[in-house]
Amino acid sequence: MLRRTPFYEQHVALGGKMVPFAGFELPVQYPHGIAVEHNAVRTAAGLFDVSHMGELRVKGPGAAAQLSQLLSGDIVGMAIGEASYHMLVNEQGGVVDDVYAYRLADDDFLVCVNAANRDKDREWFKAHWTHDDAELTDEGDDWAQLAIQGPKAVDVMAYLCGEAIREQADRTFTERFVGAASGVLVARTGYTGEDGFELFIPVAQAQVVWDAIQTVAPATGLVSCGLGARDTLRLEARNCLYGHEINDETTPWQAGLGWTIKMDKEGGFIGREALAAQKGKATERLVGLVVTDKRIPRDDMDLYVGDECIGRITSGTRSPSTGKGIALAYVGRGYGRPGTEVEVDVRGKRAAAVIHKGSFTTL
Amino acid sequence: MNFPDDRQYTDHDEWVKRDGNTVTLGISDFAQSELGELVFVDLPEVDTELATGEVACEVESVKAVAEVFAPVSGVVIAVNEALEDGAETINTDPYEGGWLMKLRVADDAEFAPLMDAAAYSAKVGG
Repeated sequence: MLRRTPFYEQHVALGGKMVPFAGFELPVQYPHGIAVEHNAVRTAAGLFDVSHMGELRVKGPGAAAQLSQLLSGDIVGMAIGEASYHMLVNEQGGVVDDVYAYRLADDDFLVCVNAANRDKDREWFKAHWTHDDAELTDEGDDWAQLAIQGPKAVDVMAYLCGEAIREQADRTFTERFVGAASGVLVARTGYTGEDGFELFIPVAQAQVVWDAIQTVAPATGLVSCGLGARDTLRLEARNCLYGHEINDETTPWQAGLGWTIKMDKEGGFIGREALAAQKGKATERLVGLVVTDKRIPRDDMDLYVGDECIGRITSGTRSPSTGKGIALAYVGRGYGRPGTEVEVDVRGKRAAAVIHKGSFTTL
Repeated sequence: MNFPDDRQYTDHDEWVKRDGNTVTLGISDFAQSELGELVFVDLPEVDTELATGEVACEVESVKAVAEVFAPVSGVVIAVNEALEDGAETINTDPYEGGWLMKLRVADDAEFAPLMDAAAYSAKVGG
């Protein structure tokens, strides 16, 4: 049984093409199409329903100490109002999930998890819970979530919340009125490689916030966007997607996510010993690649140098911003240097490609 | 959705237009709509021989790859080269500017089952 977000009726009314995703019915695109949606986010602003994302609340005097053991980065040192990106690392060094943590108070955190991992993460938290003075609540059904992304996202938010929002720093959040809705957590975070905001909305306020956003949409050029554009945008920005670049078997070292790991934090964390043993020893690593002919790289295609299979694509598409085929892929040691020429096996035909460093938004 | 009645349609959402021994092949309005914005077409070489049911070419949208099947045995005598830099024409004009290829078929060529526009429209709920 597929679930619906609080905005299902609005997606259908806008002509959204609804598809199953992580147990939810969500729009993959609207009638204007993925290219229009993608370009709106690169040049103006786009609106995404991300209510399927899960939220785990951790509260109590031991909340920071408990989360510090469960998440890979610095938790104790987070300021109130700060948002930070973390891995959940299993005892083998694999990635249980990638999450965002938000510190609401000294003793109060919200952890935003991938929709498909909500149950897994909650049970993993419970199984590794050691602090009696901290309490876990699954608030996934209590929050709606919208993302407003793009260079003009801040203009949209200024209409909705007032001009002061322009001063809000990246990776921070504040509790605000959005239109007439109170208690909305407005975070300057996102997944598109652009400036933007993610709004955690108490579910009872969801329609009020949606209507307020629609009221200002025409004046700001805000375009409704679906999962298709969300994926092309994140891939151009080289953001990992759980289940593609990272999973229970990949380590953060391989995936280029070592920057999310604070190895020396007090009290350690789950997975630390495995990560220490694996550091610097990854046999393959995540790289970007750009196809130099017109073919389009897709998930799970193999990479070759001559007759040797040297890697595999984890995410591939045609970049709407540049028109070129782009991909993220794991390649063996020695093949990750930018400029290295490889070939993609596109359903039996070889497409020339080159290892690329950095984002794909301009090529 | 638009299904002109001057041609026939296949189970796989191709359209087929017969003119003597020449058969023009494309994908239906329904197919282009389902695929979304097309960005690449891998057309065959002219003179390629195709058997009924064989993959004639692949069309790719941002999100998906679809195979186009030959509805009849024949030899490729022309491909729509304009699509190489403008696959989106298939979205905007699937029946004229968005044609994929022309095949030359034998007099007694046997086609895969084809539907007229009304039957096809009923099938896809158009």
